[in-house]
Amino acid sequence: RILTYYTVNLLKLNFNANPIGVDDVKNEKQKKKISRFYLDSQATTMIDPRVFDKMIPYMTYVYGNSHSRNHFFGWESENAVEEARENIIRLINGKNNKEIIFTSGATESNNLAIIGICTYYNNINKNKNHIITSQIEHKCILQSCRYLQTKGFEVTYLKPNQKGIIELEDIKKNIKPNTILASFIFVNNEIGVIQDIKNIGKMCKENQILFHTDASQAIGKVPIDVQEMNIDLMSISAHKIYGPKGIGALFIKRKKPNIRLNAMMHGGGQERGMRSGTLPTHLIVGLGEAIQLCSREMERDNKKLIFFFNYVKQYLSKNLDYIIFNGCQINRYHGNLNISFLFVEGESLLMSLNDIALSSGSACTSNTLEPSYVLRSIGVSEDIAHTSIRIGFNRFTTFFEVQKLCVDLVNSVKRLRSISPLYEMELEKNNSSSDTLQFVWT
Amino acid sequence: MAASSRAQVLDLYRAMLRESKRFSSYNYRTYAVRRIRDAFRENKNVKDPVEIQTLVNKAKRDLEVIRRQMDSRSVAQAGVHNLSSLQPVPPRFKQFSYLSLLISWDYRRPPSHLANFCIFSRDGVSLY
Repeated sequence: RILTYYTVNLLKLNFNANPIGVDDVKNEKQKKKISRFYLDSQATTMIDPRVFDKMIPYMTYVYGNSHSRNHFFGWESENAVEEARENIIRLINGKNNKEIIFTSGATESNNLAIIGICTYYNNINKNKNHIITSQIEHKCILQSCRYLQTKGFEVTYLKPNQKGIIELEDIKKNIKPNTILASFIFVNNEIGVIQDIKNIGKMCKENQILFHTDASQAIGKVPIDVQEMNIDLMSISAHKIYGPKGIGALFIKRKKPNIRLNAMMHGGGQERGMRSGTLPTHLIVGLGEAIQLCSREMERDNKKLIFFFNYVKQYLSKNLDYIIFNGCQINRYHGNLNISFLFVEGESLLMSLNDIALSSGSACTSNTLEPSYVLRSIGVSEDIAHTSIRIGFNRFTTFFEVQKLCVDLVNSVKRLRSISPLYEMELEKNNSSSDTLQFVWT
Repeated sequence: MAASSRAQVLDLYRAMLRESKRFSSYNYRTYAVRRIRDAFRENKNVKDPVEIQTLVNKAKRDLEVIRRQMDSRSVAQAGVHNLSSLQPVPPRFKQFSYLSLLISWDYRRPPSHLANFCIFSRDGVSLY
């Protein structure tokens, strides 16, 4: 029986099969056993088993402090940390390992970049006190800028166009002689739109202002070349790329003149004095391995994500009306899909899809019932912003999960619309020519 | 030699698929199976013996990674109080699983030969 099983399976090997993937869920009984589906990859991702495997020795056998310079235990840890730095530099085409500073995550990296850089250069020259950013940045960037505003800095928050792209003309108009830094998110965490980083970087270089980008949703998913894109500072997060939580990095380009910043964590002078604190070797190794895996798997993962993205769009467009796909559909990361289902409240839709993990906004804002500020910035009205959900595919997403998502979404939206007075009014409006009552949201 | 290399590759392929199907997580399981099939497909036309050996060595390392994941899951189940399904773990299993994990994760002393690598599983000891 065993021989027959192997022989049959060998015969079934079809090396010309669909490159998108094999789903091992063959029958209905097995499918029913799968009870949870994770499609909120912009919030976080599961750790890749290969990353976990790489980390474990550094939690058991290799436990030295990487800053212990006098013994083998420290050297072992230091080698692992340097290898992780090398992996990151290789992926982003950096020049030197010293350009990477490890932090506790992208939030700390963003704070260090914005507050650390601006306070340093403001101390040298009090006239330098202007920052340019956008309205669709991550909360940590916006809050850092607001904090600097309380300290007397001037911040310009640029409004994106309806597709979520920041216009180069707007940036050019707002660059002033007292501008220190421009910060624009590479891939937006809510709508998945990719900014024109290359041209923004070129403009910043021409005007001699530092350019920072929050690449926590971009690194390992879209190609990044810090030399070609003239990126001076870049924030990196591990847990968005199948790495562990609690570790990130800040890329600081080595160039003339040197980029300096005020440290926010003071102590033993680790990370060249920019971020003191004992390095968590196991987390850094995890980040390094996650980055290395991404460099190998990026093309393969993106092919699958583009397929899922197009499949979901086509399925929903065919089976539902009154839906809007938010953000530019071309310049984007295809693992992120933000959709507004008119006449259906987003939170209600999420509750009805109780076995599928989705989001109605960014994780950092999911505690509030306010509509997404990113959607409001790109011109989506408040009532439509409330109807939006965000879908995040990842490396481990299967076609079965995507199909189930589509079927459940269509069924839930239809069910919720059947009890929605707004949808009923819209249908009546379409069927009759007379004026109907209009709802005004406060 | 070519015939035995092909047999070795097929054995490795089957072993990797077999181990991958033991992942309890649906997403890890399907990804591992898919990734292994894609990788063997991509390299099916490689003729250079040196390159084949490099790929085989890499596949063996990946197989060890998968096996360690299985062991780590078993230890985690033995140590963690699972509220949803309380299953008693045999004491012999607990004792040997933890030791085998520590041995396999000490990369400074890798197993000398794959054939001597012992897998401690729920059903007892099996030799590979």
